[in-house]
Amino acid sequence: MPIGMLGGGFPEAIVEQGMALSPDVIAVDGGSTDSGPYYLGAATGKSPDGSIARDLRLLLRAADEAGIPLIVGSCGTSGTDAGVDWVAGIAERVMAEEGIDLRIARIYSEQRADDLKEHLAAGRIHPLPPMDELASETLEDCTHIVGLMGHEPIVEALQAGAQVVLAGRATDTAVAAAVPLMRGMPAGPSWHAGKIVECGAQATTNPRTAGIFATIDHEGFTIEAVDPDTACTPVSVAAHMVYENVDPFLLTEPDGVLDVRNAAYRSLDGRCVRVEGSQFHHAAQHTVKLEGARISGYQTVSFVGVREPLVLADPEAWAEVLREYLFLRTEQALGLGRDDFAFDLRLYGHNAILGELDPASTASAPPRELGVMLIVSAGDQKTATAIAKVMNPYLLHMPTREMDYLPSFAFATSPAEMERGASYEFVLNHVVDSPTPTALFRIEIGVPAHV
Amino acid sequence: MSETTLTLADVCHEVRSKNAGPFWMTLDLFVKDDEAYEVVSDESFLNEQRIGEIYRVEPSTIRMFRLPELRVLKISFPRPVSQGSLHDRDIHAGQHHVPLSVLAVPIPSRRHGSR
Repeated sequence: MPIGMLGGGFPEAIVEQGMALSPDVIAVDGGSTDSGPYYLGAATGKSPDGSIARDLRLLLRAADEAGIPLIVGSCGTSGTDAGVDWVAGIAERVMAEEGIDLRIARIYSEQRADDLKEHLAAGRIHPLPPMDELASETLEDCTHIVGLMGHEPIVEALQAGAQVVLAGRATDTAVAAAVPLMRGMPAGPSWHAGKIVECGAQATTNPRTAGIFATIDHEGFTIEAVDPDTACTPVSVAAHMVYENVDPFLLTEPDGVLDVRNAAYRSLDGRCVRVEGSQFHHAAQHTVKLEGARISGYQTVSFVGVREPLVLADPEAWAEVLREYLFLRTEQALGLGRDDFAFDLRLYGHNAILGELDPASTASAPPRELGVMLIVSAGDQKTATAIAKVMNPYLLHMPTREMDYLPSFAFATSPAEMERGASYEFVLNHVVDSPTPTALFRIEIGVPAHV
Repeated sequence: MSETTLTLADVCHEVRSKNAGPFWMTLDLFVKDDEAYEVVSDESFLNEQRIGEIYRVEPSTIRMFRLPELRVLKISFPRPVSQGSLHDRDIHAGQHHVPLSVLAVPIPSRRHGSR
């Protein structure tokens, strides 16, 4: 595993050092929900084309020379069909430039609302906390829905002769666990190793480096850093089980639950860590987790900077008047009531990030500057921008209650209004009982990508 | 020797917060030594009730995990604001460790050296 996310960039030397360890597979994750619902809702990748091409070029060369498979999971950040085709198009272009000829499998994980409605009607869709039972309208509202595949579709593609597997949405762990499981390694160590390597060097003593290497056998697994000056310690490895997880001991996969409560971690030579005792409890029913995003509105943003000490002395009081004018003016000028739109007024430099959770005392010194961000959300872009424009003179000149003149504040850009387009929200956190581990996914090998 | 009160940030290598998927937030405390871990992991100091007050979440939804071998305390709860929505001001939930990290820890600071 060269890095936590394809396109993130890693040194060329890491690939050489990693290949010197004689791997059986190169696996890398290509996505996550971590950057928000936009990437799924709009089926757009987070990394630019150039970053994906650069990383893929190094990995395709290495896989080709060593004759081992390359597996990329959650292509295009959210794992939509468009994301898979986008990465496949880049891979084909890079291979043509490099004179490499490898068989590519694309595994599509996008789900149709109509198919899921049938599963819902049959009682096969269940909520995960903190969500409630799913309403079928929610499925219709989603612009894109993906299912998280386990190792099974990846294994099927490899067994069908694929040398490069470009998977849609997959669990982070499945990408690395697929080859060990295919080779008959036990599920406990295979999944546990998959979890430890999923973020690249995150589980080493120096997460700024790249690359991590796992060797899985019948009794357990051994983990080491690819960078020669970096180590894995029992603490760095064990601590990774807490990373971005609700539960540090149990991790649910489509095929069951990884249980590391009895796992023992010991240092082998100061650089490598041996892990034994990981267990995997196979579930009676295979489940596929769903992710879906829908449009929540159209946003326009304005941003103004304030250096005026009279405002900085009490930013809340100033902002309160601004809010009053916002409701007043949108009704006067646009005929809009309070329920016709939504907004968020953020005082960066004061309490924008933590709001009412902020532990700083209200008596603390005033900020040096205040960044005032107004985000307006409405049912269409035109309305959102109209509201932001109505507020433009107030963001520019809003006096404090004691001023008998109009100050002028510092807009950051002209025009001050920035149209953000559609904004999205995640609405699914549910699993569907899948008749077979591969039934919800479509594998295509060899034929050109639909780009 | 300093007698000033130590905070959780002082007695930990790292206090961090992060999304655990779009609907959950998780906080990890990596405590520096066993003596401090004994205090930090004690339920009379940090418990669901206190976390609920700090983060304004329902205590029954909070899950706490204690990993003494790693000197880790882990706290997870549903995100009060769903990720990326209009009022979400911390998309990765990466700055939400601060209300926890400033908590005073009932340990005399001189045993840990002044800071």
